[in-house]
Amino acid sequence: MKQVTPKAGRAARPRARLAMYHTLLLGSVFAFWYLMTEPLLWSEEAARNTAFFFGKPIVVLQKTWDWFASGRIYEHLLVTLIETLLAFVIGTVGGLGVGLWLALSPTASALADPYIKAMNAMPRVILAPIFAVWFGLGILSKVALGVTLVFFIVFFNVYQGVKEVSPVVLNNARMLGASSRQLLRTVYVPSAMSWVFSSLHTSVGMAFVGAVVGEYLGSSRGVGYLILQAEGAFDINTVFAGILVLTAFALALDGLVSFAERRLLVWRPAQGETEKL
Amino acid sequence: MSPVPALSLSKITVTFVAGDAAGKAYTAVDSTTLNVDAGEFVSVVGPTGCGKSTLLNIAAGLLEASAGDVQVLGRPLTGINRDAGYMFQSDALLPWLSAFDNVALGLRYRGIDEAVVRERVEEWLARVGLQAHAGRYPHQLSGGMKKRVALAQMLILDPKILLMDEPFSALDIQTRQLMENELLELWSADRKSVVFITHDLEEAIALSDRVVVLSAGPATRPIGEFTIDLPRPRDVAEIRMTPRFVQLHTEIWHAMKNEVLKGYAQSQHA
Ligand SMILES: Nc1ncnc2c1ncn2[C@@H]1O[C@H](COP(=O)(O)OP(=O)(O)OP(=O)(O)O)[C@@H](O)[C@H]1O
Ligand SMILES: [Mg+2]
Repeated sequence: MKQVTPKAGRAARPRARLAMYHTLLLGSVFAFWYLMTEPLLWSEEAARNTAFFFGKPIVVLQKTWDWFASGRIYEHLLVTLIETLLAFVIGTVGGLGVGLWLALSPTASALADPYIKAMNAMPRVILAPIFAVWFGLGILSKVALGVTLVFFIVFFNVYQGVKEVSPVVLNNARMLGASSRQLLRTVYVPSAMSWVFSSLHTSVGMAFVGAVVGEYLGSSRGVGYLILQAEGAFDINTVFAGILVLTAFALALDGLVSFAERRLLVWRPAQGETEKL
Repeated sequence: MSPVPALSLSKITVTFVAGDAAGKAYTAVDSTTLNVDAGEFVSVVGPTGCGKSTLLNIAAGLLEASAGDVQVLGRPLTGINRDAGYMFQSDALLPWLSAFDNVALGLRYRGIDEAVVRERVEEWLARVGLQAHAGRYPHQLSGGMKKRVALAQMLILDPKILLMDEPFSALDIQTRQLMENELLELWSADRKSVVFITHDLEEAIALSDRVVVLSAGPATRPIGEFTIDLPRPRDVAEIRMTPRFVQLHTEIWHAMKNEVLKGYAQSQHA
């Protein structure tokens, strides 16, 4: 069975051009940053002041390079990634389970509704110190924070996904003889998954936020810890290097989610699935 | 005809509690009786919005009547009607399953051996002319293809009673006649009981043993029943030319006309 790959060929050239513009834009930001922090356009003092607040791009890149070259970053990056991944997986599975359960059980959902709303409205980052007390300064407290952030995003999407299942599709499955477990597996979960996927981009970011904020508030390892240390020493270049690394990895995680989404949601109509000859 | 009807709806009344205006109830179907004998092909025609789909949902066990009772093969119906296959008016395929998996769904629900499932699905896809599109998802199929997948999805389970809600109304006239002939052929092979809803009177006459005409809503009831004594086997395209067909058509249309006008006037005011 041959599938029409969306936007092959036709989009290749504009996409390459767009990538070029993206690089160009990034390059100009770095160039501007460089000019502002070097005594080229204005006085040495002004440049030094700017560099104090914004760091120097060359030094930032140098620091980043050193981290990877010396291998010092890997330990911290690994910790942050593990925290992110754990928070993401636990939060998603939890949100999926509880979302399905509440959406399919009117009594439970009526009972839980005000509490869910309250917990969602609460600024959950504030829980970080409490988690530090409960779970210590290790990985667990960061994971807990990430889970509270991810859980609600996934939960609300699953809930919505189940509520939006087309009643005709549901009735059709029932007429074809589905038991309630089969209904769950073949109708509710797939419908909820398409909603969950659209929220995974947000939730993977949130898991990352949970990990880094947790580290920042108290830890002995992780990229957030590196940033915290550098800040204590007024080492603005290292802070920016940390931000650079975090951003790069957040983008990579997001890319992974997009990849999974493309593979798993082939059934969803995409716009303009034609191929120009 | 066997003494026990395959499907028997007696004195069915359906009153919807309207969601918008509080306390305002709408009686869609009022005290309607409809019997379908074993092996009988019955068409139900009526103006739009009169309650045809509602009546079919009752027969399928998807909706509970406010009053009246439903018997299937002589037993009172509780819950889903397990002896019936239902072809819905609107798209009912599972959008996340390919045409193949959609057709296979009912057999898989029953835990049939996968090798047998594959074989029978292939066979049914061939029968509805969709072998080449087995791997496509519903959004990649045309409206007519979707209808054919839905038909195979229902018939593969070999139900004793077929409930069909305007199954072919989205098809062009040629495909439609092909599908109608195919349906008649399948039906005459093992005489299922069919309730066929349509608002195309010609289609109803060409296919059925009996045509039931419903009044315009609210409080829909049958206002006429016509036995179609055209010879079988029939070819739906050719039968339309026969004098008896024209005669029946005139007769039934006469009975329907006022109701159609009423239904249209009501939908204008609603
Ligand atoms: N769940 C519901 N709640 C309230 N009113 C309903 C509901 N379902 C159907 N109705 C009303 O009942 C009437 C009959 O609807 P039904 O879908 O059975 O019509 P129909 O005869 O199948 O029409 P069509 O030929 O257009 O498909 C309509 O007036 C509709 O508005
Ligand atoms: Mg209808």
